[in-house]
Amino acid sequence: MKMSILAFGIVKEIFGASVLDIELTDAATVDELKIVLEQKYPRLKQLASYMVAVNNEYAGPDQKISGKDEIAIIPPVSGG
Amino acid sequence: MIEVKISGTALNIQSCIDWVMSPQCGGIDIFIGTVRNITKGKTVVRLEFEAYEAMALNEIRKIAEETLHKWPVQKILIHHRTGVLQTGEVPVIIAVAAAHRDAAFEACRYAIDTLKQTVPIWKKEVFEDGEIWVAAHP
Repeated sequence: MKMSILAFGIVKEIFGASVLDIELTDAATVDELKIVLEQKYPRLKQLASYMVAVNNEYAGPDQKISGKDEIAIIPPVSGG
Repeated sequence: MIEVKISGTALNIQSCIDWVMSPQCGGIDIFIGTVRNITKGKTVVRLEFEAYEAMALNEIRKIAEETLHKWPVQKILIHHRTGVLQTGEVPVIIAVAAAHRDAAFEACRYAIDTLKQTVPIWKKEVFEDGEIWVAAHP
């Protein structure tokens, strides 16, 4: 399935874009998405940490992704 | 009562205080975050805040709701700025009103501490000789 991944903060710089289009296997998990992204963008692994949000909620590693989900990569937050 | 906002324009401290004031509340606690001019010895030129706005509002709302459950608090307001801020400007205001001060202090502290951990907002510090996304790297 084709997915558009939203990027923020430093991840926008790593991807070189605020939206990244990638191909994922159907019903891939959050962890599988991270593996795909880290292969393509090894700088992700140098971050202190990063989370994946599915439909505006933090997602666990085993959560399955569907084609209609809104997916965002959340690098360490620093608001306030 | 809860009031949350993410704004691209200047936050208004007085209107935040006015919103939480109420006759039942004997204590109002306010946290105002400001942009300081020096970080780790380097002069800060400006800060740039970016938010994943829909999710950030969700997470801010969750924090506000949690404070109402955990403490006898009547009103909580959380406003956060996005965009470019100069030193001295205000990126965040949290205002809490409760019948008594202990609850107001504790809830306000909890709200700002949790916001810094969970809300998807990012800050880039711009110095005279470079820039850095805060907390991105270990």
